[in-house]
Amino acid sequence: MSKSLKLVAATLLACALSAPAPAQQKADAKSGPRYHIGRVPTADEIRGWDIDVRPDGQGLPEGKGTVAQGEKLFMDNCSTCHGEFGEGNGRWPVLAGGKGSLTSDNPVKTVGSYWPYASTVFDYIRHAMPYGNTGSLSVDEYYALVAYVLYLNDVVTDQNFELNKKTLAAIKMPNEQGFVMDDRATSEKSFWQKDPCMKDCIAPVKIIGRAAAIDVTPEDGKEKKSRGVE
Amino acid sequence: MSNTDNQSRRSFLATGAGVAAAMLARPAAAGGNPANQPPNVPEWTKSLGEGVAVRPYGKPSKFEKDVVRRDVEWLTASRESSVSFTPLHELEGIITPNGLCFERHHGGIAEVDPADHRLMIHGLVERPLILTLEELKRYPRVNRIHFMECAANSGMEWRGAQLNGCQFTHGMIHCVQYTGVSLRTLLQEAGVKTNAKWLLVEGADAAAMDRSLPIEKALDDCIIAYKMNGEALYPEQGYPMRLVVPGWQGNLWVKWLRRIKVGDQPWHTREETSKYTDLMPNGKARRFTWSMDAKSVITSPSPQAPIRHGKGFTIVSGLAWSGNGKVKRVDVSLDGGRNWWSARLDGPVLDKALTRFYYEFDWNGEPLLLQSRVQDETGYVQPSKAELRKIRGVNSIYHNNGIQTWHVQANGEVENVEVA
Repeated sequence: MSKSLKLVAATLLACALSAPAPAQQKADAKSGPRYHIGRVPTADEIRGWDIDVRPDGQGLPEGKGTVAQGEKLFMDNCSTCHGEFGEGNGRWPVLAGGKGSLTSDNPVKTVGSYWPYASTVFDYIRHAMPYGNTGSLSVDEYYALVAYVLYLNDVVTDQNFELNKKTLAAIKMPNEQGFVMDDRATSEKSFWQKDPCMKDCIAPVKIIGRAAAIDVTPEDGKEKKSRGVE
Repeated sequence: MSNTDNQSRRSFLATGAGVAAAMLARPAAAGGNPANQPPNVPEWTKSLGEGVAVRPYGKPSKFEKDVVRRDVEWLTASRESSVSFTPLHELEGIITPNGLCFERHHGGIAEVDPADHRLMIHGLVERPLILTLEELKRYPRVNRIHFMECAANSGMEWRGAQLNGCQFTHGMIHCVQYTGVSLRTLLQEAGVKTNAKWLLVEGADAAAMDRSLPIEKALDDCIIAYKMNGEALYPEQGYPMRLVVPGWQGNLWVKWLRRIKVGDQPWHTREETSKYTDLMPNGKARRFTWSMDAKSVITSPSPQAPIRHGKGFTIVSGLAWSGNGKVKRVDVSLDGGRNWWSARLDGPVLDKALTRFYYEFDWNGEPLLLQSRVQDETGYVQPSKAELRKIRGVNSIYHNNGIQTWHVQANGEVENVEVA
């Protein structure tokens, strides 16, 4: 090996040795060391797992389903837990209703009253439903089910409405404007203090409520009744 | 001495005047079987115990069988989509044993064969990547101790004291040492494109849970972990790999992690819209409330860990933590928040990790209203429940970090109460 080649090799080695100590780096394609461990997945491998969808419709697959088709699927696959009209059996999630309840003492958060985007319904159902039989339905069947859930919530009103990648992305949900970014740093600024109070901070206090009075704590070997709270 | 000899001697002593005097001299609370106590020699001193590797994987003493995770059956419709709680009242220090870390599943515990598990990184990257567990382990490793708290921890307490025990009021938290690969390392390997802003992280369980994670956090301190407290992740904690998102709500720490997709917008998945958004009194909901506010709780005495020794020197032991960084100080009140005394931090005080505190005092046997209050290094002081409700109302479900009150009664029993 010539002297210059040796120098090149030594430089490469030094790079390799110093590489695994990355400093603070930005999201940049060029930054950071590479280890060349793992491989590139095939297009087929990505396609099989790439099932997420976004509010703007990105990720929605080709396919279609109507409210009427969804109703039958819902009765067969979903109503045992969610009830025939999405009212929820027992403690299983309520899917419909609850409009105008968000400021009440008992907010009912459903697809219609709360969920900001229709795409979320498709994304979630395709990821996790039917409960215990995940991913068992076809894309068309998922479209039909989502159409029926939207129908239960009066987001669509026509039994013949066909949901597909175009019509789904166009849907506006009633509570889309019901969300704000986390604002704790400003709205709760008073929680940051220099010196917390140590003496005579508040007037003497009294007990105004006891967990024992509600009596819903599990005890080993004892059954407790549901109080039906979230 | 033969067993028969021992038996007869014990019967003799039990009826004799000598043992009566000995019993009187023994502290009333000690209890147990006098035959195993001085001046007698217990069975385990007189015979051999089990040899090595009879217990190839050790477990706690049979006398610790009550130190277990518990659930609240009425909370959820099924155990596959439910939560169990860490027995904080029985634990000390800052590390949670692997078998006691609280569980939260959305589709049960996935029993993943690591030989078949794959982690895929794709989307806005120069080089999509698919890795086996063995390949992940070839990347440079980091070790970090972090707490992980469910955003709904203490969520049942918004409307008032409801559950009698810190296991139930605060037990959706654990703190372990993770070993894994910095997420930044893998994102650099894949070559994140300049327009990348968000990651979708997704699990391989029956819920295939997916969440959006901002790229700033992903490149900051997130880890893809495959070990906890030195051994492989437990199945209920995401074996063979999970995401660690220090200081942020547990729901983001996707277990059984199978896929990371890089994108330019958030996905607004079910877990970050219909769940894990905080409904305020005006009907609007806060979204992307990722970080966990500073919080503390006294773990002993507490309803499941009453004071058994009567008045005298008493140890108050508790935990404090903050998603914003390190714990700076903890104060303890004996009178429901009117007066406070500084607690002593003991053991490591780490970034976004549980911190152990103690307050030792002479209890005069009178009832107490015990509270703890943490301040973190950013100056944030844990608010009272009243201060919290004034801003957040009682419908937010998530992020209840209000000060907890335990009522210690004269007999040493402890109950969860609300004070005003």
